[in-house]
Amino acid sequence: MKLTSKAQALAAGEFGPARQWAIEHQQQIGRMFDAADMVEVSQAHMMADPESIGLAGVELVEGFAALPEAERRVVVPMITDPRGVDLNYYDPLGQTEAMADLERRFIFACRAMGIVMTNTCINYQTVMPPVRGEHVAYGDTGVVIYSNSFCGARSNFEGGPSALAAGLTGLTPRYGLHLDENRVATKRFVVEKQPEELTEWGVLGAVIGKRAGSYWEVPVVEGIERVPTSDEAKHMGAAMASYGSTPLFHIVGVTPECDSLADVEGGDLPVESITGRELAELRGSFGAVGEKVDVVVFAAPQLSLVEMQSVAALCRGRTKHKDTSMLVCTPASVYVDAEAAGYIEDIENFGARVLQGTCFYQQYAREIGEANGWIRLLSNSTKIVNILGGYGYKPALASMTECVDSAVAGKIV
Amino acid sequence: MMSRVLKCHVGIGSKVEGVALVADDNFSARYDLDRLSGVFSRPQHALAGESYVDKILVLNTAKGGVATAWMLYEMVSRGMAPKALLLNSANTILAQGAALAELPLCDRFEDGDVTGLINTGDQLIVDPEIGQVSLMNG
Repeated sequence: MKLTSKAQALAAGEFGPARQWAIEHQQQIGRMFDAADMVEVSQAHMMADPESIGLAGVELVEGFAALPEAERRVVVPMITDPRGVDLNYYDPLGQTEAMADLERRFIFACRAMGIVMTNTCINYQTVMPPVRGEHVAYGDTGVVIYSNSFCGARSNFEGGPSALAAGLTGLTPRYGLHLDENRVATKRFVVEKQPEELTEWGVLGAVIGKRAGSYWEVPVVEGIERVPTSDEAKHMGAAMASYGSTPLFHIVGVTPECDSLADVEGGDLPVESITGRELAELRGSFGAVGEKVDVVVFAAPQLSLVEMQSVAALCRGRTKHKDTSMLVCTPASVYVDAEAAGYIEDIENFGARVLQGTCFYQQYAREIGEANGWIRLLSNSTKIVNILGGYGYKPALASMTECVDSAVAGKIV
Repeated sequence: MMSRVLKCHVGIGSKVEGVALVADDNFSARYDLDRLSGVFSRPQHALAGESYVDKILVLNTAKGGVATAWMLYEMVSRGMAPKALLLNSANTILAQGAALAELPLCDRFEDGDVTGLINTGDQLIVDPEIGQVSLMNG
């Protein structure tokens, strides 16, 4: 891979061992994916919950953080994905002091490196959305698919270590979605039934993701009659990335790189229909009407201010069932605005808890489920019900309204 | 000793020798593994109940989200990791995780489906730097 003289100096260790580690990491990835050179990135976003990084990962980052300031600080704006522990509320969830300590150590190390602890998987709604053509190094599959598809930015899935490397070098290997030729459509879908509310957009994304089936496929979607809102687009993308490892898709006439099918070279692709029946089947596989519900979860992705407003309106003046818990996950920046607007009060008077800067499935979901006896989980997130089956839960899917109604009834309505 | 050589794309990590554990299934450290005990834990996985520790895992593709990028490093730090990973098609996350963990990884085999080319129990030498896997069955 061709390196600039600056990158060669990084590799030679002239800017310290952290940046040397970073560029060597990137050279390995670049070689595996045939990158010709590196591309400069303007932002990095790191997924790093303590359940994933473990003690070894925390110690690695602490090692970088202990270097002199000039050697440890990231060189582009760098932010973080949700935390695994809300340090204001973990003991009641059954999370341990050891989990919280690992989190505290990691936060301390990140801050020393100049990383901003935004703790959000909706940075494209809350921090600084990338613009078309901007090369970025984002983690969290939901962030990447939204930024590529709806913003027209350019990012591969950058796992935590690679996002960290990009923050330290300001570069990433030029492969995958940084290249024009990998952004053209490879599969063509026509939607026969229009999605209406958030969960239906999520289910549509899930079906397309399942059919696309690999990181290297790019779906183009026709037949969408209404421009989705940012939250609808968020649920569609997050579910597609979860079910298909899909990092980019196009909607004809909606997403910025696809005014027409020809823009993404999709005209000659065979047409695959997405029928109402297929959508109903996927949704039906997460149906459990009438069953007792242990916990209702709004998360994955974290809630925007508009979603917080909607949940609050559904909760206002009502009380949840005593045997059903309800959790709502949102970034701290949204929490502040939601508090000022009175939404937190509405939700907590209902008996639910709003967690700041976490996302349910990234916060030791197995352990907190066991500690609280939660098995039957209900959510409006098509992504989270896909993930949590592997964590000992029996997940069910319903609209936001049905979720809150179920929390009141204590059973799935 | 007879050997058969499989060519693949240049991969991640250094040359390693070990015994294969093969299945026509996919891989995610978050969804499929009990990382403490070192076994496949998801009941639906083709290798459910099998120990992967020190095995050369041969599987189809990567799945799931970004967590595997950190998890492989954590598994290696405790000595509870596979010895290498061979796949038909890796994704970016698995490559990044293998690089951090210094865990050998190869994919894109010239002779087709790698889960059909290698059998469980085969003795292998994996050389990611030149993109080559040798089967050392006597």
